Amino acid sequence: MATHTRELSSTEAATGRTAVRVRGLNRSFSEAGGVLDGLDLDIAAGEFVALIGRSGSGKSTLLRALAGLDRDVAGHGEITVPSQVSVVFQDSRLLPWRRVLDNVLLGLRSRGAAVRGREALAEVGLAGRERAWPHELSGGEQQRAALARSLVREPQLLLADEPFGALDALTRIRMHVLLKRLCAEHRPAVLLVTHDVDEAIVLADRVIVLDAGAVSSDIRVDAWVRPGGRRSQADPQFAALRTRLLAELGVEDDHDPALADRRKEPA
Amino acid sequence: MTAVLESPPVSGAPVDRRVVRRRLGPGRRVPFAIVTGPLVLVALWCVGSATGLLDPRTLSEPWTVVATAGELVADGRLQENLVVSATRAAVGLGLGVAIGLLLAIVSGLSRPGEYLIDGPVQIKRSIPNLALIPLLILWLGIGEEMKIITIALGVVVPIYIHTHNGLRGIDSRYAELAETTGLGRGEFVRSVVLPGALPGFLLGMRFAVTSALLALVVVEQVNSTSGIGYMITLASSYGQTDVIIVGLVVYAVLGLVADGAVRFTERRALAWRRTLES
Repeated sequence: MATHTRELSSTEAATGRTAVRVRGLNRSFSEAGGVLDGLDLDIAAGEFVALIGRSGSGKSTLLRALAGLDRDVAGHGEITVPSQVSVVFQDSRLLPWRRVLDNVLLGLRSRGAAVRGREALAEVGLAGRERAWPHELSGGEQQRAALARSLVREPQLLLADEPFGALDALTRIRMHVLLKRLCAEHRPAVLLVTHDVDEAIVLADRVIVLDAGAVSSDIRVDAWVRPGGRRSQADPQFAALRTRLLAELGVEDDHDPALADRRKEPA
Repeated sequence: MTAVLESPPVSGAPVDRRVVRRRLGPGRRVPFAIVTGPLVLVALWCVGSATGLLDPRTLSEPWTVVATAGELVADGRLQENLVVSATRAAVGLGLGVAIGLLLAIVSGLSRPGEYLIDGPVQIKRSIPNLALIPLLILWLGIGEEMKIITIALGVVVPIYIHTHNGLRGIDSRYAELAETTGLGRGEFVRSVVLPGALPGFLLGMRFAVTSALLALVVVEQVNSTSGIGYMITLASSYGQTDVIIVGLVVYAVLGLVADGAVRFTERRALAWRRTLES
C-alpha cells in the first residue's frame, strides 16, 4: 500500500521549497491496467499547477490520492503533502442543512473562527449572505462559498477538482479572477484539475499534461506567455501554447482565433 | 360543444368576448367546505336521536354526550384520566424514540452494529406488536411497566426503520467532505449524520405517534384502573354510550394534536429543504 505522510512542513512551505512530493505513484482499479503508472510530481510552496489530460488519464485519481481519499484503491508509491490541505470539489458540496457561514466554519472550533469565516465570505463577495441556506445561492455563489470554506482553513495546499466545470462561461471568468486574487493573497500551493486548456493557461504557473498515468509534459506558462502581464487570449503566444496543449490532448485546434476571442473575454 | 358568447359592446365597458367550454375537472376549491361531511354526519345523528330512530342504548343523543363531557370535566374525572393516558403515551414514546434512534445510528454507521442489530429489528417488525402483550404480561405483570414497554416496543420499529433509511440515504460525498475537512466521528455524527437523517426520523416519528396511541388504547383495556381506556371499558360494562363517545373524542384529539405537533416540527426543522412541499 502507499505511504501517505503528512508532515509538519509549514516552515518548509514558508521558505519556498517543496509543498508536494510524489514519487513512483501507482494506482489501479483493476488487475489489468494502472490508472497511475509510476508518477513523479513536485509542487513548490505557493506554486499554481494546472493538471490537464484526457478522460481516464488519471487526473482525478492523482488528486484523490493527494487528498487522502483513495483508501480503497490498490497501489503503491510515496506521497508527501503539507499538514493543512483543503479540497474544492466540482460540486460545491455545501451541507444543505447548514447556513452558509456554518458551512464555511464546518469543523472549526477555535475561538475567532466565526470572525475569520465572515472575513472569508466577504473576500469571495458573499458578505451579507452568512445566514442564507445553500439552496438560496446561485451555482457561482455556492462555489464561492466552497472556496471560502477552503481558504478559511489557511491551506498550504489547495486541491481543486474541476471546480468551475459546472458553471456557465461568464461566471467561470469571474471565478478565475477571484481565484487568482485569492491565491495571490494566501499563497497556497494549488493543484487544479481541469478540462479547460484556456483556464489552465490563464491561472497556472505550470501546466502539467497527464497521459496514461504519467506526466507527459510539464510546461512553465511564463516561458511562453509574456511574464507579468495579464494573460490574454488575444496574445499570439497564448494561442501558440493553447495549440500545443490541445495537440498534446489529441485535439486539432481549428478554432477561428477571432471567434474564440469573442466567445471569451480575457479575464 | 363550443359556446361563443357574443354580447354587443356596451359603451364604456371593455369588450370581453370569450369561448368557454364545459369544465370536466373538479373545479375550484371552496374554503372550509371540507367540514361539510362531518357536519352532515352530526346533523344526521341529531335528527336520528330527536326523532327516536336512534335508540339511546345504541348511541346516546349528541346533547347528552356534550352534557356528560361537561360533567366529566366538572368532577375532574376526564382530566385525571387524560393526564394518566397522556403520560403513559409520552413516556412510552420517549423511551421508544431514544432506543430506536440509538439502534438506528449504531446500525447505520458501523458494519458490526448493522450485523448485530438490523436482523433482530426486522424480525421484531414482522411480529405484530400487540401479539406480544400476553408474553409481556407474564414477564412484567399488568402494571405500568407492561403498558409503557408495550408502547415503547411499537415505537422503536418505525423510528429505527425510517431513521436508518434516512441515514443510509445521505450522500456519500458529504462523508468525503467531512474527511477532507478533518471532522472527527462525533463531529461527523452531529454535523452530517443527524441533520441528514432528520427527514427520515421525522417521518418515522409520525408513524411512531400513531403506533403509540394504538398501543395505548389496547393496554388501557387490560386490567387498567385509570386512563381514558379504563373510563371507556367501565362505561361499556354500564352501557354508557355517552361516556364511550367522550373517550373516543379524546383519543381522536390526542392523535390530531400529536400528529400536528410532529408536522409543525417538520416544517420548522426542515426549512433548509427545497422540495415540492415548500
